[in-house]
This record gives sequence, structure tokens and C-alpha cells, in this order.
Amino acid sequence: MAREQTGAAGRRKANGADTPKQTGGGKDELLKYYRDMLLIRRFEERAGQLYGMGLIGGFCHLYIGQEAIAVGVQAAQKPGDQVITGYREHGHMLACGMDPKEVMAELTGRVTGSSHGKGGSMHMFSTKAAFYGGHGIVGAQVSLGTGLALANRYRDDKKVSFTYFGDGAANQGQVYESFNMAQLWDLPVVYVIENNQYAMGTSIDRSSAETHLYKRGASFRIPGEEVDGMDVLAVKAAAEKAAAHARSGKGPYILEMKTYRYRGHSMSDPAKYRTRDEVDEIRKTRDPIDHIEELLEKKGFADEATLKAIDAEVKRVVADAAEFARTSPEPDPSELYTDVYTQVQA
Amino acid sequence: MTDVLMPALSPTMEEGTLAKWHVKVGDKVRSGDVIAEIETDKATMEVEAVDEGTVEALLVAEGAEEVKVNTPIARLSGEDGAASTAPTVEPRKAEAPMEDPQPASRAEAKGDPVRAAAPAAAAPATALKDPDLPEGVKLVKVTVRDALRDAMAEEMRRDPDVFLMGEEVAQYQGAYKVSRDLLQEFGDKRVIDTPITEYGFAGLGTGAAMAGLKPIVEFMTFNFAMQAIDHIINSAAKTLYMSGGQIKCSIVYRGPNGAAARVGAQHSQDYAGWYGHVPGLKVIAPYDAADAKGLLKAAIRDPNPVVFLENEMLYGTEFDVPEGIDWVVPIGKAKVRREGTGVTLVSYSRMVGFCLQAAEKLAEEGIDAEVIDLRTIRPMDIDTVVASVKKTNRLVTVEEGWGPMGVGAEVCAKVTELAFDYLDAPPARVHQEDVPLPYAANLEVLSLPSVDKIVKAAKAVSYR
Repeated sequence: MAREQTGAAGRRKANGADTPKQTGGGKDELLKYYRDMLLIRRFEERAGQLYGMGLIGGFCHLYIGQEAIAVGVQAAQKPGDQVITGYREHGHMLACGMDPKEVMAELTGRVTGSSHGKGGSMHMFSTKAAFYGGHGIVGAQVSLGTGLALANRYRDDKKVSFTYFGDGAANQGQVYESFNMAQLWDLPVVYVIENNQYAMGTSIDRSSAETHLYKRGASFRIPGEEVDGMDVLAVKAAAEKAAAHARSGKGPYILEMKTYRYRGHSMSDPAKYRTRDEVDEIRKTRDPIDHIEELLEKKGFADEATLKAIDAEVKRVVADAAEFARTSPEPDPSELYTDVYTQVQA
Repeated sequence: MTDVLMPALSPTMEEGTLAKWHVKVGDKVRSGDVIAEIETDKATMEVEAVDEGTVEALLVAEGAEEVKVNTPIARLSGEDGAASTAPTVEPRKAEAPMEDPQPASRAEAKGDPVRAAAPAAAAPATALKDPDLPEGVKLVKVTVRDALRDAMAEEMRRDPDVFLMGEEVAQYQGAYKVSRDLLQEFGDKRVIDTPITEYGFAGLGTGAAMAGLKPIVEFMTFNFAMQAIDHIINSAAKTLYMSGGQIKCSIVYRGPNGAAARVGAQHSQDYAGWYGHVPGLKVIAPYDAADAKGLLKAAIRDPNPVVFLENEMLYGTEFDVPEGIDWVVPIGKAKVRREGTGVTLVSYSRMVGFCLQAAEKLAEEGIDAEVIDLRTIRPMDIDTVVASVKKTNRLVTVEEGWGPMGVGAEVCAKVTELAFDYLDAPPARVHQEDVPLPYAANLEVLSLPSVDKIVKAAKAVSYR
């Protein structure tokens, strides 16, 4: 069955209604986004390398190509706002401000990792950063994230839950059960759909009857819009608008971030479902980091030397994280039986 | 001339109140006319005439209580003979409302004297033996249903972070009336009616618990919780471990579990073994009202996810419950319900009542059975079981669920591991037959554990 391609190619304008104008874009802001996105990319590249060396085991899903989303949404958050996502979460953790060392050490299963080595790539958390995971079951985080919003509403603390999921999870039933309750009860949640076009190896055209995922809330009266997920400023502007909507008590909001992952679904991806040319074309024309680099240069905010210095600093941070993750000890065998239960206070 | 009979509102209803007559003697009625309202503690319902005729007599006065099902309540004069009534039920799923626990229809149909005896009510009085029961505390008769309700109400008064969510828990007052009056006291912020969406609302509750609240998630029955089991196991039970102790999840998933009566295979299942399998969960299955209350209060206070398995057939049964004290029963402690030296019967939930009846029968045959109520499935108090087996040297486990990989299998494994040299016979298991629960009354009886089956197993391990 032929269906019109709705791929990510071309930096086209988002076609959701009432798309906000890009805001911000001052020097410090752009430099921060550049640095944060670069950190995620270099971190992920190194993670891929450590996986190849056998230091990271199991499943490992890299965020390369999608960096503008975690960084742009983070810029729209207020302190205390929660973040929850699926298993492609390394980028969100770094964007939340977690120490790259504890993230990398969790990937290598070391005691210094964020979960003391007991979670692994797909199951990482930080209560300090209000990062609620890191969930390995496709779609589960959507109900959980809506539950975080239920707690926010219960406490009336004006926090917003930023609940991320992908185009694959968008076809799970519990997503719509959650949409229904979120709108029914005006829960402060922003659903960020990272549509990277492929659920594992199944393109959105092959998996979804309605490929415009921002419309998926329509039957629950949840407003949604499509956003260029390769443009950090567009992401931030949309997230600000959505957060304001949720925070003001109007209920949930859906942002469909059109994006693309450069790497395989996980490390063992046969890459038979798309062409090399498709990947190369997007890297060449839509890369979110190239985009911000061009902006910085065009506006005269940074010259080559400045950018190189940032790159060098980021590389150092990542190298330190990798070294830390490689040399930290594994958890003590006695950790096997810890944290199965919370001890009851006497 | 035809009699209008007192209708049953549910598979387990035995009697009800004739709340109101809508007709008087001499009125002409036609098929579909509402002639009366009847009430139980679960529901109110209109009785419609099925046949045409004139009301000749009202045989039961308005306001009469405890009118037995199938009692003639009115007499119509009419042309055709067969008259009956059709209650206007509004089924949802397989219809929630249930009545009192005695499965009269099943037992009568089978003519099984054991099943005909009300399992809980006929059980010998079970004296409270919890060591922490203060001297001189007053005991009052409370149904399991009200004990559960009181537990939730008391904990909601105590802790503003505790709230209840589920299907029909608020305005409808609970599909089984367990949440009666909670909406009135606590409002709709804390008593939340959800759509029929188990996977979704279990996930929302679990997420709210991760954010630090203390939800009570009611499943109309645990059969429907299979749609939500991913969140109970993957999200609630495992996240503390996977987060290195960071993400706590204090939540209670509760609702009726196990076979009701004549509701067929999809609505009749015991999940104790399923949830008991999972590290990170605590699993409770109380028998009497005092445990229902004390353990539910403990479950709500517990910082871990707790699966709280109730039994619909026991909801209407009264037991002694301590009054006027903050009655909290510790999780993970079994209770010796009857002391004996001949054989150890280990069970939980409704089967405890069956075991107590079996013990009486065994006593008549000179076998002195000790009855242990596990109360908590996980963590299991195996020490109490082992201590008993060291005394009796014989073990029978009794559960409503299937045998393979079940609670009884675990008890037997542990006992052979810890008290092998004390066993004078291989342990025996009584459990549901290894088939989906049949609907037909006779087959249903054959499928489930019974007092006779327990007696037989106890005699077998006693070589008698």
C-alpha cells in the first residue's frame, strides 16, 4: 500500500496550527545549546565505542541526531519539572544536568553509576534531577509520566511532567488511555513525541494509519502541533508554549518533534530498512548541531577557535567519563540483595 | 394465577429487602411495569412484571428484610400461567454486583453438603491471637467489606497523601461497596472514578507513587488487573532496584481475587502465585475481617508496592474486629488459626475457612489438624509452617489457584528443604483442578477445592 512519504527530509516549516515564532537566540544561550548538544553527541559516540569494546553490554540505544529535542525542551523547563522517557534516554539525562560520569558508569554496570550498576542503559534515574527514567517497556513511561502529572495536580505545585515517547510507542494502547485521563482531569503534562521515523526497523508509514502524530490527541481534545525537532530554538519555543498551557491548568499538550536517528535502533541493527543515502542526506542537510554552528557563525557569536575550544572541553569531559566508567569497580556482590524493598521505618 | 418471586440480583445473592411496592392490590399490570424495588447492601433494583394480570395479593410487606430469593412476593391473576420477574440489571463486564458469600445455588445444585454449609460462617470461631492485641480491647462484629472500608478511611484521615482510584469507587460507592461513603468524606480529589482503563490507571497510580504519593488502586477484580500487570511488575516492583534505591513506590493494588460464583473462567482466578513470584512486591491475602483491616492499614503504610488480594465471597461475612484502637497487623506473619498435632493444613484467604471446617471433620475421625493462615504470600512466613510441620510431621497445602508453580508448590519446596527429616509422608497439595474454571454448577464444584478434598488429602498424608 502506497502512502505519501512523510519523512524528515527538508527543513520544512512545522505545519501545526499556531506555531510560535522562534524566540531567544542570544549569544550565551546559543553557545550553551551548542555545548550541550555536542556533549550528548560525543558522549554517545564514545558509548558506541565502549560497546564495541565489550565494556557496555545488553541493549544500548544511541540518541545521535535527536540532540536538539532533549536540549531544547530542557531549556523550557522550570526547576522541579519532571522528565520521563523510554530507553533512548542518555541524552535526556545529560540535558537534565546529570554528571556524565555517573551516566557512563551506569552503562558499564559499575557501582558509581546512577543506579549503582543495577539498572543499565535502559533503566537510569535521578530523583535529584527529577529524571524518572529510563523505562524499558515501550509506552509504559506514558502512563507513568501522566501519573507524575496526577501527583503534580494533587499537590497543586505547578510542576509539569515532560513525558517523552517515540513514534513506535505512539501505537501502544496505554498511550491513549493516558491521553484520555490527562485531558479528563486537566493534568499538567507535555507529551513530547520524538518521531524519528522508525520504530526499530518499521518506518512510520508502515506502522501508522495516521502518520501525523500531533493529531493523535484530537479525539481527546488535546491540542498538538508538529515541530522541527532538528532545530533547538523551534523545540524550545514550542516546549515553552506547551508548558505554559499545561502549567496554567489547561491540561496536556502534544508536541510531535520531527527528527531522525543516525545510528541503528540499538547496537545490533542490520540497517536494511533504510538506505545509507537517506541517512547521509539528513546528516548533511538537517543536522541539529551544524545548524546551531551556522547560526553562531552567522551572527558573529563564535569563531572557529571558540567552537574548537568548546569541542575540546566536551571531548575532555567525555574522555574523563569513559575513563571513570572503565575503571570504577563493579558493585560488591552484597549489592545483589539491596534495594529490592524499601525498609519499613520502625 | 401466578406468583411473582423474589429475584436474585446476582449470582451470589440469597436474600434482600423489599424496599417499596409500586403497585397495590387491584392494580392491573402489564409486562415491563415496575412493580417493586428491592435492595441489598450492594444494590437497589426495580422488579418488573413479566406477565399481564391484576395484583391479587402482596405477600410480603413493604420494608420487609431478609426476603429469601424465590420467595413469592406477590400474586397476580392472569390468563397464562408461568409468571416470573426480570430484574433490570445493567451488566458491565460480567456484572459486578455480588451478594453474600454463601454459594447457595452452587451447593444446592450439586447437593454437596460441604458446599451447602456456609464456608466462613460455619467455620469455628477464630479467636484473635495476635500478641499485640491489648488486654481488654473490645471486639465488634464487622464484615470484611466494612473492615476494608474502615482501613482505607482511617489511613486517609491519617495521611493526606493517601488516595483511592479505580472504576466506580466514588459515585457508585464501589462495585462491591467496599468504598462506601469515602467520596462523601474525602471528596473527588481523593476518591477518583477512573474510566475503564486498567492498564492506563494502574500506570498513572504507579507514576503518582513514584512522585511520592500513596495511591490505593482498586481493581474491580484482579482478573481485570491482567491488563495492568506490566505496571505492577515492570514499573512498580522493579524500579527501586533498577534505580539503585532512588525511586520508591508506595502503592497498594487491591480488589477481589479468586473464584466468585458461576462467573466462568475469565472472572475466576487466584493470582497469589502469579504475584508471589515477583521480588519487589509484597502480596497479602487475608481471611477474616480483623486481618483484612489490620493488613490493609499496614499495606497502605508500607513504602513498597503491595498487592492486596481480597475475596468477594467473604465480603459479607462478619468477624470480630478490635474496636477503638489503631489496629495494624504486621505484614509477613502467618497465624495459627487452630492448634493441632496430627497434620498441618496451610492456606490463605477463603480457603482458611475451608481448612477450619475440614479440621472439625478430621477431629471427628481422630485427626488433630493444625490450621495455618499464611495471611502474607510474600514475604512468606515459612518459619511458622516449618515449626508446625516439626510438630505434626505432615503437610497439606490448600489454595484456590492452580497447582503447578503455585503457592502450595512453594510451601512444599520450602518444607522439604527445611524440615525434610521431620516429614512422615510426602506433602500433599489441594488446589483448583488444572483446567479453566467451568461455568456449569456441578463442574465448578468439582474443579475447586472443597472441605472433602482437604479431608481426603489430610487422611492420605496420615495414611488413613
